[in-house]
Amino acid sequence: MRKRPAGLVLGLTLAVVAAACGNGQDGAEVPDGEGPVTVYSGRSEELVGPIIEQFEESSGVDVEVRYGDTAELAAQILEEGGNSPADIFFAQDAGALGALASAGRFASLPDETLEQVPDAYRSPDGLWVGTSGRARVLVYNVEAVEESALPDSVLDLIGDAWSGRVGWAPTNGSFQAFITALRLVEGEDEARAWLEGMEAGGAQDYEGNSQIVQAVAAGEIDAGLVNHYYLLELGSEDASIKENAANHFFQDGDVGSIVNAAGVGIIEGSDAPQGAQAFVDFMLSRTGEQYFDEEVYEYPLSGDLSQDPSLPDLDEIQQPDIDLSDLSDLEGTLALLRDTGVL
Amino acid sequence: MSTPLEVLKPDAALAAPRRAPSRRPSPLLAGGGIVVAAAAALPTAYLLIRSGTAGLTVLGDTLLSAKTAGLLMRTTLLCVAVTATAIAISVPLAWLTVRTDLPGRRTWVVVSALPLVIPSFVGGYAFVAALGPRGIVQGWLEPLGVDRLPSIYGFGGAWLVLTLFTYPLVLLPVRAALGGLDPALEEAARSLGRSRLETLVHVTMPQLRPAIVSGGLLVALYTLSDFGAVSLLRFDSFTRAIYIAYRSSFDRGVAAILGLVLVALAALVFVAEARTRGRTVYHPAHRGPQRRPRITRLGTWRWPAFAACGALVTVALLLPIGVIVLWLGRGAAAGESFGFAFGAAVRSVEASLLGASAGLVCAWPVAYLSARYPGRLSRSVEGASYAGYALPGIVVALALVFFGARYTPAVYQTLGILTFAYVVHFLPQATGTLRASISQVHPAIEEAARSLGASPREVLRRITLPLVRPGALTAFALLFLTVMKELPATLLLAPTGFSTLATEVWDAASAASFAQAAAPALALVLLSSAPMALLVVREGQAISPTS
Repeated sequence: MRKRPAGLVLGLTLAVVAAACGNGQDGAEVPDGEGPVTVYSGRSEELVGPIIEQFEESSGVDVEVRYGDTAELAAQILEEGGNSPADIFFAQDAGALGALASAGRFASLPDETLEQVPDAYRSPDGLWVGTSGRARVLVYNVEAVEESALPDSVLDLIGDAWSGRVGWAPTNGSFQAFITALRLVEGEDEARAWLEGMEAGGAQDYEGNSQIVQAVAAGEIDAGLVNHYYLLELGSEDASIKENAANHFFQDGDVGSIVNAAGVGIIEGSDAPQGAQAFVDFMLSRTGEQYFDEEVYEYPLSGDLSQDPSLPDLDEIQQPDIDLSDLSDLEGTLALLRDTGVL
Repeated sequence: MSTPLEVLKPDAALAAPRRAPSRRPSPLLAGGGIVVAAAAALPTAYLLIRSGTAGLTVLGDTLLSAKTAGLLMRTTLLCVAVTATAIAISVPLAWLTVRTDLPGRRTWVVVSALPLVIPSFVGGYAFVAALGPRGIVQGWLEPLGVDRLPSIYGFGGAWLVLTLFTYPLVLLPVRAALGGLDPALEEAARSLGRSRLETLVHVTMPQLRPAIVSGGLLVALYTLSDFGAVSLLRFDSFTRAIYIAYRSSFDRGVAAILGLVLVALAALVFVAEARTRGRTVYHPAHRGPQRRPRITRLGTWRWPAFAACGALVTVALLLPIGVIVLWLGRGAAAGESFGFAFGAAVRSVEASLLGASAGLVCAWPVAYLSARYPGRLSRSVEGASYAGYALPGIVVALALVFFGARYTPAVYQTLGILTFAYVVHFLPQATGTLRASISQVHPAIEEAARSLGASPREVLRRITLPLVRPGALTAFALLFLTVMKELPATLLLAPTGFSTLATEVWDAASAASFAQAAAPALALVLLSSAPMALLVVREGQAISPTS
């Protein structure tokens, strides 16, 4: 008597799966016979959706985008092996690009593409290229902090002068990348001493960069460690924020103002290499860079665009001497943050 | 009146289910169960392959490190605390909403089950926003001189959030079991001189035990797998460590080893559940004209009970929804457009319908085997089906990325493989309910139909399925709302460009635009509430006592 139920079950399962499979990927053809370009984007649709649409319109190339978390998408591309449907990996930070590059998952980019971007913001092996930069800064309240009192180095924030006045966001990815850089540049002991000093000085925890900027503008705290563009973004919606707060860049290649890059690479074995190359070039073109500058408030990395007048030029911010691909050891950073009681 | 003997003396010969003539499942049923179990074991197979590539040194280092021991302890503690609290909330709540004159009882029946529709990552954001050290509530208390609230982060916060968003997994089966009890048993015990408390302990509770235990198992395993709540509330659990291993060092080997430890932990929970569930099978002796139970008058306890239900629903349901509405209002005030793609809602429903239908179909052989042919085979099949549930979504998703992209590229990133992933990940939510419903159908009824000349197919169609239908509907609704909340597998395995409400919420929230996240989050909560509410209302009518 039990034959039928099981048969029914299997039959129905197959029917459901088969019906579902019919609903697969179908994309329009591109002019030169290549399929659509598939982008795995670790940058959210909010940030890059509009510029990808612009690319489709201007090039006629169809783009299919899978949005996700940068690290999860990197793991996905690694697991897909040679069969990855992805043509492009668009990552939020250089660490993930470095991980794919060292696993041999990227095809080499042509020199013309690479040379548009300064050395510091591209793969030393020519496997990925930065599309925009985010600088770490100290945002400060202009009433509460004299310009002359601003520190040259992020390391000067420990000590009585700044005790209880600074906010940070220990769970934030950009903050953690900065700590990884701090460990690389200053060494493990110095990084630990700094974290302990900040903690002892009563650094205030915030959820994210935008909360810190708001708290600084409101005078809740005097200063905070954030990415540079939050002030510009929030200021564009609420002018009082820009009046009350300003960005301070640390001096002389201090690790406190490290510039991390979002960037792209073309997946090895892509079946739409021309479309993918066109995508990369479009992001580095004047239109692309202008978008990152004006809409996302990040640093354009190619061309000679003028930034927001309140920002120093990118080449004025000296970068500490590290390879951004090396900023992938988050594990050590998290261990240190936990050890020092920051997390 | 029916004869309650079978249930009153569970160990007597009568209590054992009457054995069908053939004690072995048909090859097709067994085969179906084995296929489903094999599918559910794929993530574990993937973890074994990945740990294999990590090498013995890494394996030893990871397994024997103090950090892993700490993770194991913290995760176990969280798991036990959440499960115990969920049971402690659900059992009295079930009794209050089924058997008492609680004011507004019918409304409580519906709203007390709804916290299940809140995705844990949305709930996590909402709790941090509301109860964080400088959250919304602190803002209200500021005039009273409250500078910051005690930290919500860590064990306490994770415990609270996970308990509040999972307790309905226990509440629903317990309520169904309580509604299905024949009051004649309790009345018999009372008439034989047992006190109310004795009746509760010796007659009512033993009959609820299977429901409590199977709901508790789901809560425990969900707690093992959850990432949203533990990450936002910063509690260092196994799942968080697995995510961090993927995110930080891109080291899939270490992540896989940690995943295997989690599978082992799930196996322990499963064995513990089997022990607790016991061997007793409760079939109602006869589905005779069953009277509805008499309600207990709460007397002076009516309003305190009302207040307790109110407090629970305020924290578990109104707080997260309130925070979402607040975000929506802020977005509107800032002049942001906060519409969401209507298509995302349609795709959410589409994916949920597919996942729930396929899940129900695949759960049938597992549940039927387990209810009718308890033995080594059914235990193994059931055990395997739990492995996919206890693993974090990212592991299930990457496992199917691994197998799908390599061996079945034709269906990779289609709705087919996505549906498959939902089944692998959520199957146990359907099997538990289904098994309970099947075992409430006494085999004697099926046998009687057979002996009267009905074909097996007719028995299934006219006897078994109609009797199991309420349980199947519950299982379907549970799967539906769970799939709707699902994130990691949808992000990695859906057809490219197939965004759902859950992915829209996540996308906006990860860019820190909570105003943009609010509209899809609200739509998600409303859409999954609808089937849930319908179901609970139906159930409420079915189990409603005479008043």
